[in-house]
Amino acid sequence: MINFKSIILFFLLLGFWLLMSGHYSILITSLGIISCALCVYLTIKANILDNEMLPLYFFPRLLQYTLWLIKEILISNIETAKVILFKTEDPELFTVKSSQASNEGKVTYANSITLTPGTVTTQINENVFEVHALTKSFGDDVRSSQMDKMVSWLEKGK
Amino acid sequence: MIDSIINYSSIASLILGILFILIGSIGILRLPDVFSRIHASGMIDTAGTAFIILGMCLQSGISLITAKLIFIGIFIFFTSPITGHVTANLARKKGLKPITNNKGKTL
Repeated sequence: MINFKSIILFFLLLGFWLLMSGHYSILITSLGIISCALCVYLTIKANILDNEMLPLYFFPRLLQYTLWLIKEILISNIETAKVILFKTEDPELFTVKSSQASNEGKVTYANSITLTPGTVTTQINENVFEVHALTKSFGDDVRSSQMDKMVSWLEKGK
Repeated sequence: MIDSIINYSSIASLILGILFILIGSIGILRLPDVFSRIHASGMIDTAGTAFIILGMCLQSGISLITAKLIFIGIFIFFTSPITGHVTANLARKKGLKPITNNKGKTL
C-alpha cells in the first residue's frame, strides 16, 4: 500500500538520483523515476519501511555531536602524527564500560572510538568494550568517558 | 581577489592532506604491530581524505561535483571505522597478542 512514508522515500531517492546523475534528458530522467519507483515497491514488499526510516527528531543533536566529533578527530590526528614522527608510541590494551541502552548507541560509540585515530575498538561484549590505544594519553581520553557521555546524550534526544 | 584567496586556501588544504597521508604511510611502515598500524591507517582515512576533499571542493566551486565530493566524504566517514574494527577484531580472534607495556595483566 502507498502511504506517506513511501512517498517521502520516493522523493528522497529521486533527489539522490538526480544529484548523482548530472544528465537531465527525458529518457534518462524517466529511467531514474522508474528505478526509484521499483526501489520503493521492493521496500514495501520486503516490509522494511518502519518508524526508524527517517529519525528526524534527533537531527539537531546529531549535528552538534558531529561537529564535536570532527573537533576531536582533528586534535587526535595531530597527536597521532606527533607520536609517529617522534617515536613515542606506548601501546596498551584495556577495557571500558559503555552506558548506552540501545544497540544503535553502542555501535555509534564503538565507531566513534575507532574513528578517532589513536584508539581502536577490538572486541565488544554486551556493554564492555576492549580498546587498543597508541599511547597512555589516548587511553586516558577514552577512560575519562567524555565521549561515552556525549553518545548517551545523543541517544536520549528522542 | 576572492578567487586567489580561495585558490590559495585550496592549495594549503591539499598540502595539509598530502602531509597527513605521508605521515600515515610512514606510520604504517614504522609502527611495531597490526594494532598500532591501524591507528596510522585511520589517520589517512580521516584527516588525509577530509583535507584533500575540502581542497577539491574549493577548486570546483559551487557545482554538482562539490555535492558528489561531499557524499564521497560522508561514505568514507561511515565506512573507515568498520574496516579498522574488523581488522582489529579478526587479529584478536586469531589470537594475536598486541605489543603492550602492561605486562602480566590478562585480558
